[in-house]
Amino acid sequence: MVASTPAVSRRRSGLGRGVVRTAILLLILAVVLYPLIWMVGTSFKGQTEIVSNTGVLPGDFTPGNYTDGWNHFDVSFSRFFLNSAMVALLTVIGNAISCLVAAYAFARLRFPLRGFWFAVMIGTLLLPQHVLTIPQYILFKQFGWVGGEWPYLPLLVPQFLATEAFFVFLMVQFMRGIPRELDEAAKIDGASPFGIFRYVMLPLSRPALVTTAIFSFIWTWNEFFRQLVYLSDLSDYTIPVAMTLFIDSTGQSAIGPMFAMSVLSLLPVFLFFVAFQRLLVEGINTSGLKG
Amino acid sequence: MALTTANTPSVHASQATGASAKRRRPRRGQQREGLAGYIFLSPWLIGLMGITAIPMLLSLYLSFTNYDVLSPLGEAEWVGLANYKRMFTSDPSYWRSVTVTVSFALIAVPLKLAAALGVALLLNKAWRGVGLFRGLFYLPSLIGGSVALAIVWVNMFNREGAFNGFLAIFGIEGKPWVNDPSWALETLMVLAIWQFGAPMVIFLAGLKQVPTELYEAASVDGAGRFRQFLSVTLPMLSPVIFFNLVLETINGFQGFTAAFVLSDGTGGPVDSTLMYTLNLYLKGWREYEMGYASAMAWVFLLAIGIITAVFFSTGRFWVHYSDGDDR
Repeated sequence: MVASTPAVSRRRSGLGRGVVRTAILLLILAVVLYPLIWMVGTSFKGQTEIVSNTGVLPGDFTPGNYTDGWNHFDVSFSRFFLNSAMVALLTVIGNAISCLVAAYAFARLRFPLRGFWFAVMIGTLLLPQHVLTIPQYILFKQFGWVGGEWPYLPLLVPQFLATEAFFVFLMVQFMRGIPRELDEAAKIDGASPFGIFRYVMLPLSRPALVTTAIFSFIWTWNEFFRQLVYLSDLSDYTIPVAMTLFIDSTGQSAIGPMFAMSVLSLLPVFLFFVAFQRLLVEGINTSGLKG
Repeated sequence: MALTTANTPSVHASQATGASAKRRRPRRGQQREGLAGYIFLSPWLIGLMGITAIPMLLSLYLSFTNYDVLSPLGEAEWVGLANYKRMFTSDPSYWRSVTVTVSFALIAVPLKLAAALGVALLLNKAWRGVGLFRGLFYLPSLIGGSVALAIVWVNMFNREGAFNGFLAIFGIEGKPWVNDPSWALETLMVLAIWQFGAPMVIFLAGLKQVPTELYEAASVDGAGRFRQFLSVTLPMLSPVIFFNLVLETINGFQGFTAAFVLSDGTGGPVDSTLMYTLNLYLKGWREYEMGYASAMAWVFLLAIGIITAVFFSTGRFWVHYSDGDDR
């Protein structure tokens, strides 16, 4: 009896600490999520209400903001969504293929200067995107790609040339975890490096490919700087570039529609988050990179 | 590999020369693998040369010229160091953007990391719902860089925004923070801190690696929770702190989207949100001074390189790598 008392009180204080901890976490969570909840609430507020009601719930429920926002410009958001989806999907395909191929070379093949090229690849991880965009813009301008027949060329060509070193690195890390015995066995069976890639590494790399696909979709969907610089015709605009038109033109007059379009433009990322939450969190864990 | 060496007839001859024993003549299999290596590497190599290296060198050249992007490259006019001289001596907007960027990073990065570490410590011990909390805290990092979220953020700190609504509960009258030169950048810092989830996830992974024996040993030695944090958690976590610090600082210097949205692409009010990258954009794409912008880009690259180098050279004084650790 006497001996068990401290244990009981310790357990009780442990429980108390747990409750306090959970309460603090819930409070932080409320602060973190409030902007998002407020965004959704405001997207349903009427025009007069936006200047008077700073809370979450709309008093005058206005779903019309969504249709107004969708058709707010000369080109509708259907077009912007299609443009964004196309750029994002082609980027996903380009990154998945080109980075996987490069990663296979770095992870498994022995060739002269491999260490040197690998160091260069890691070095390019640190190159700031804005620094690279200036020379690339000048070059693509010389090629006639900027504002050319298909203005997405400067956005997409780099993605098919494994320039996203982050994904190359992620895949190299993943492939190093695949047992070498599998390639050795295939080699003994007479498989060439191409055969090993096709029948061993490609199927086994699926998890890394999925992570790459999800991250490259989300990053491209949110990416702004390059799309701003390269896209100049309204009908070519992607969502982020189109969203800036709301800031340009309207001032206070279209806040409801603007919020409605903000909600819609974040929706795909949110759905990805719901569907792949674990994978996303583990993705930055294993390779530890930006958000 | 050792086996194949022993099987080659030349093994005795090369043993005599010692050092060259390792340099076997490449056999056909290896040559084929080397060729395959370069075939697989070729898209990346083409990208490295065509999309990265050559354009970078081109912009280095252009940084010594006056060039307006619109005319052919041949019309770039050589001006020597004039662009660099102008940047450092006669362009107040340049120094303004340096100040804005550095103060942004100096304040936002430590606070973001502190928030990330604090929440990670709370989550590390929580026994239920960790996954859900972790995921929801991470969500802002996924969407925080977008134009849409920046638009929401700016309105949240505007006169009629949620933040003033919150202040009103306490009877405080707010103001349009985003239009106030002394507060606009602070709202962007809060936006950066709000995205603490990404470094938090990395901290959580690091905390899992700390052996529990260390805490037990410390507690046997009479160390309280705070002492345990100082003497066990912080040193064991220092490689992860270092990693996050380098990464977030580099990211912090590159903030563009939110500043663009807040100021409608001008860096205002009164240049208070003129981040370096935004200034770069204005010089290159609004004023068509691509030579000057190239010079700014190269200085930026050098600055980031130097900062990274400083981090790595000071890191050895405070980053603790335990022996036999797998990192």
